[in-house]
Amino acid sequence: MEIKVDEKTCTGCGLCKKVCLYDAIEIVNGKAAINENCVFCGACIEACKFKSIEITGLAEEKKDFSDYKGVCIYLEANGNVIADVGFELVSEGRKLADKLGVELSAVVIGNGIKESAVEAFQYGLDRLHILDSPVFSNNIDDIFAKALVQMIHKYKPDIFLAGATWFGRTLIPKVAAILKTGLTADCTGLAIDEEKKILLQTRPTFGGNILATIVTRNARPQMATVRPHVMEKKMVTEAPGNSVDKVDCYKGRIEYIKIDESKFKSKYKLLGIDKELDEKINITDYDVIVSGGRGIGGSEKFPMLKELADLLGGVVGASRAAVDSGWISYPHQVGQTGKTVNPKIYIACGISGAIQHLAGMQTSDIIIAINKDPGAPIFKVANYGIVGDIFEVVPMLIKRLKNGESLV
Amino acid sequence: MYRQVIQIKIAVCMKQVPGTMEIKIDPETNTLIREGIENIINPFDSYAIEEAVRIKERLADEEVEVIAITMGPPQSADILRESISVGADSAILLSDRAFAGADTWATSTTIAKAINKLEDCRLIILGKQTVDGDTGQVGPELAQRLNIPFIGYVSSILEINRSKMKIKRLMEDRYETFEINLPAAISVVKDINIPRVPSLRGKMKAKTIEIPVWDAKKLEADENEVGLAGSYTRVVKIFTPQIKHDTRMIEGTADEQVEELHKILKELNLVSGS
Ligand SMILES: Cc1cc2nc3c(=O)[nH]c(=O)nc-3n(C[C@H](O)[C@H](O)[C@H](O)COP(=O)(O)OP(=O)(O)OC[C@H]3O[C@@H](n4cnc5c(N)ncnc54)[C@H](O)[C@@H]3O)c2cc1C
Ligand SMILES: Nc1ncnc2c1ncn2[C@@H]1O[C@H](COP(=O)(O)O)[C@@H](O)[C@H]1O
Repeated sequence: MEIKVDEKTCTGCGLCKKVCLYDAIEIVNGKAAINENCVFCGACIEACKFKSIEITGLAEEKKDFSDYKGVCIYLEANGNVIADVGFELVSEGRKLADKLGVELSAVVIGNGIKESAVEAFQYGLDRLHILDSPVFSNNIDDIFAKALVQMIHKYKPDIFLAGATWFGRTLIPKVAAILKTGLTADCTGLAIDEEKKILLQTRPTFGGNILATIVTRNARPQMATVRPHVMEKKMVTEAPGNSVDKVDCYKGRIEYIKIDESKFKSKYKLLGIDKELDEKINITDYDVIVSGGRGIGGSEKFPMLKELADLLGGVVGASRAAVDSGWISYPHQVGQTGKTVNPKIYIACGISGAIQHLAGMQTSDIIIAINKDPGAPIFKVANYGIVGDIFEVVPMLIKRLKNGESLV
Repeated sequence: MYRQVIQIKIAVCMKQVPGTMEIKIDPETNTLIREGIENIINPFDSYAIEEAVRIKERLADEEVEVIAITMGPPQSADILRESISVGADSAILLSDRAFAGADTWATSTTIAKAINKLEDCRLIILGKQTVDGDTGQVGPELAQRLNIPFIGYVSSILEINRSKMKIKRLMEDRYETFEINLPAAISVVKDINIPRVPSLRGKMKAKTIEIPVWDAKKLEADENEVGLAGSYTRVVKIFTPQIKHDTRMIEGTADEQVEELHKILKELNLVSGS
């Protein structure tokens, strides 16, 4: 396998050198030369206007995957609640399945999760596989991986999708490794290549600075984890009325997978779950995030942001500067070394907008920035900007929201 | 008095990544400008190495050996030297043209072979994720290849000895405490520690230490199971996202600004009433 520059067509323009993130290209005697730092990411191939760069010598085995069919979604449950990303994926999976003309199924693992899982039918599901047993009371990686592998071996889906929650991002790689197939992490876009009938998986890398589209070759299923809040959850049928037994009304479309419980003994001993971090800590779950940075100045000022967040039905986030100063706990941190969030509305208060912070929030639908420095980089990604003092603006806004009286 | 020395080997997986700090976008071509970016230790991997060194200090009565491992081009040796300067005992560079272009599967295949060669590694510590690849998949895939348990997002190691450990992992909304038998692999989050700065002695050692380079032959790896050839996933397109340039600044006095903001929140259906 080699990456080659065609010396005849290369003009030495240096466009490839500019885009290479790995310092792997030099211009030698007016031609591009690729050195050992190259990781074959393909950025230069994309950038070259003369189609002078090519990867050669890759054995493309043609394998027959015709026994793999359909799209399957993993519905992650926490206790007896299905994580929303599961329903988002059912909606997205419906589109993919329709493009391919195949069935859309889902699998859920848990203890007493039937009632909540059947809601997936409202988002366009054809079939639901349920693994319901007391051994699945807690989300534990090894036995859940085993259950998913068993299910995938049996039903052979062509495409398998799961939410890129923290649990999903440790569980699904395990599953992919057991199945010996590829896995694309944290996707933000999915599509079908209509000609090749394969899944095109698009994901941000380099903290969202680049997007890469990835395919799975030579193995099935094609697997991806998908970022919560990116796909749109869309109801296609009405929920069954309360009078009918919810589970019963989807009867013929539910399959219970029986397991031999004695074979599902975890190697992990769960000693305890500490839920009392504080009430609203899973900031990735919310549509509105009010975030505070160094500009907030101290822990005693965060209740002000909390009050605003509460009024808007949201949660409080923070920059690393605020977390490192000890004003708020780490689970609230947004950014490269914190959480990646995708809310409908992100309100940045006293945050400068360093690239590591932007990495975690720039895909939010609407960004509102309040900062007293008109040159703060946060204004470059914001939809709405207010140059002002947060200690003036935020309390006024809270007051305005509370008593509903116009200020002007 | 005779004392039996218990040996504990800890491998730390680390990666050299471009420091994203300075990544700039060329406004005309909308492409990334790479020039002038320093290569750094993947930030999470600094916490991984620090934690390994802390375990070594904690279990001072036992013989703990911390081995830093990276797979990458020859220049990645820099980060291994850095890890020596903060307390790693030794380091191994997995480097071969054949390893280039590896996805997480091929990366974990390669690292697994190296770890098997080291024999009897009790603990493998990784970072939560890299800032370039950004997948967090290498840890769980590596553990699976080695057939050992993996626990991600570890925020504290409560107890550890040669055969067992008790750890706390941070999930989005809760902490979970686990006991697992060793050998095992974990990935760590930022909250776990504050990495130290290199000591003078460490720096001296880092300068002179010899770092063995293991290639595909040494790992007895088939060319088709490593690097791009051994990867199940393939990048088919790379592009820069549309950057927002349409910021609307809300002007006026604070009163007017807040009133306007209130109107916007109302349009976004966040506010009911007037
Ligand atoms: C490897 C690495 C990883 C990182 N990961 C992350 C990460 O995950 N998340 C993250 O956030 N950062 C991260 N950082 C840090 C990042 O580079 C910035 O240092 C950090 O985001 C700055 O936080 P800030 O915007 O709150 O503070 P500052 O940059 O200090 O900005 C404070 C802002 O508040 C404004 N301000 C001050 N007072 C007021 C007032 N009264 N009213 C209005 N505005 C006011 C100022 O004008 C200023 O713009 C990382 C850095 C590194 C090197
Ligand atoms: N090439 C590599 N060499 C050594 N360790 C790596 C390599 N790539 C990833 N890792 C480890 O795996 C973790 C997760 O990486 P990733 O799956 O790329 O996000 C990193 O924090 C490192 O600890």
